[in-house]
Amino acid sequence: MMTDDVTIPVDVAPVEIAQERRTPSPTQRKVVFDIRDLAVTYGPTTAISGVDLEIYGNLITAFIGPSGCGKSTFIRSLNRMNDLVPGAKVDGRVLYHGQDIYGDGVDPVEVRRRIGMVFQRANPFPKSIYDNVAWGPRVLGMKKALDERVEKALTRAALWDEVKDRLKKSALSLSGGQQQRLCIARAIAIEPEVLLLDEPASALDPIATAAIEELMHDLKDQYTIVIVTHNMQQAARVADMTAFFSLQVEEGKRTGILVEYENTDKLFTNPADKRTEDYVTGRFG
Amino acid sequence: MSAVPTDYSLRSSRRRLGDRIGDVALRGTTLIAALAAVALLGAIVWKVLALAWPSITHYGLSFVTGETWDPVKKVFGALPFIYGTAMSSLIALVIATPLAIAIALWLSELAPGGVRGVVGSLVEMLAAIPSVVLGLWGILVLGPFLANHLEPWLHDKLGFIPLFGEPSPTGTGLFTAGLILTIMVVPIIASICRELFLQVPDELEEGALALGATRWEMVRGVILPSTRTGIAAAIILGLGRALGEAIAVTQVIGGGTMISSNLFAPIDTLASKIAASYQGAGSGLETASLLYLAAILLVIGLLTNLAAQVIVRVFDPLKGAH
Repeated sequence: MMTDDVTIPVDVAPVEIAQERRTPSPTQRKVVFDIRDLAVTYGPTTAISGVDLEIYGNLITAFIGPSGCGKSTFIRSLNRMNDLVPGAKVDGRVLYHGQDIYGDGVDPVEVRRRIGMVFQRANPFPKSIYDNVAWGPRVLGMKKALDERVEKALTRAALWDEVKDRLKKSALSLSGGQQQRLCIARAIAIEPEVLLLDEPASALDPIATAAIEELMHDLKDQYTIVIVTHNMQQAARVADMTAFFSLQVEEGKRTGILVEYENTDKLFTNPADKRTEDYVTGRFG
Repeated sequence: MSAVPTDYSLRSSRRRLGDRIGDVALRGTTLIAALAAVALLGAIVWKVLALAWPSITHYGLSFVTGETWDPVKKVFGALPFIYGTAMSSLIALVIATPLAIAIALWLSELAPGGVRGVVGSLVEMLAAIPSVVLGLWGILVLGPFLANHLEPWLHDKLGFIPLFGEPSPTGTGLFTAGLILTIMVVPIIASICRELFLQVPDELEEGALALGATRWEMVRGVILPSTRTGIAAAIILGLGRALGEAIAVTQVIGGGTMISSNLFAPIDTLASKIAASYQGAGSGLETASLLYLAAILLVIGLLTNLAAQVIVRVFDPLKGAH
């Protein structure tokens, strides 16, 4: 089932993953998200404001920036996870294939079904490995060929070989890195178009991190991937496009803003903005 | 002179000595307190058994299955009261469990922030109503309502089921007692379940919602399965309350010794029989038999409590041990 090139380097030190980065020309890009003048506020606090950004299909887009710059808030506004936070308010527009996901008549449940999310802390359900992956398909009524679907998702998430003999065991018996890959398998089992990854490797050791990063490369043919990371090297390793967010302090209020959004190579080697340069060269943050 | 400079001496100073005495005293008093609780439980069990002994030797275990309680003929059996206890508790749990879980889900997952605290406190205050007051309300309000409206209606619509027989004339009976117990049990189960639901990590709930689940699917698929053992323990704690309640039940159950399939008929529970009859017990055997009832109630109560503890320790899905 598993192709040879998804073997996980469990016994080698993490290395820079060799990759060809995709930098499609503006005419070849497929716009998945078109975000216009987005602002998210929690009560009196403005977490992020004035964000204009396009996210392109079948690329990996990374959001980087210092702590508290609103990058997690931003990624959570792309599948309406912020709806769950009491007092959170979203202004501006998030167009997904031209359709405003905050528009009238849009069902947030349907939004999340198409735009999957993996969180900072692996959050498998206290159920068996199999039932974790099968949970989403069951809820959504995709009950045909469930075994094959589970196997396919676990294989895509590069976890199948490690768990195929213990699918009925509790997911909580897996290691942290395995749990996170299980969460990715769970997310892709319902065939979303977009995968949002909110610091998916920040709680993992370097080897597990390398496995997740390699997995992202394998997945981007089929999915549009957006990743928040506080780790610049990670963004440099995996992302085709990178957005740098920062904090703007005005009248004592700290607001997250988008500073620069570019091809990853350009953003790291030849940034247009001084603040980006300071950050990527380690002078700030 | 020691080579160690005085500043670095590791020997106890006088104040440390004081602390050590406090340490010993703490150990001593807490140990005594803990042992006292155990000793008290033992002493109570011992005394109840000792006072019930004449009846225990007279009837043996056949007391449990004896259907007659007749102080005049001096024939005593516990079955009517065991039946009354079991049925009244069953009614209470059947109605209270879904109600309490619904309240807990609303309070923990759905209620808007401001309402949450107020309603939560009010629900818990239900448990603060003294049972004798609740019993009076049962006599004056609930009983007449049941006798005049609900019981005739149930008898009319569902009378082909033997449970819904002739309505009681005054509104006292097993059914009324079951409903009063429901009111007592709901806040217990609801407040425990609310805590359980709040303990389900937000990440799990987000994980479910991020998979395109609705709130109901999240509740059914994640929250309830992860808390099911806790819910079972909460129900058993509610059961413990229902089994042992005496005053309010005595007020509304009507008092009787006949097992009837009709829920609206009067009967007694173990607890209400003891509460109602102990003062006026005529013979030594009757007193001993009432204490035998108490012993049965005690055993049921202890087993219930034990069951709740075992469930919580052995099966907890959130700890992954199953």
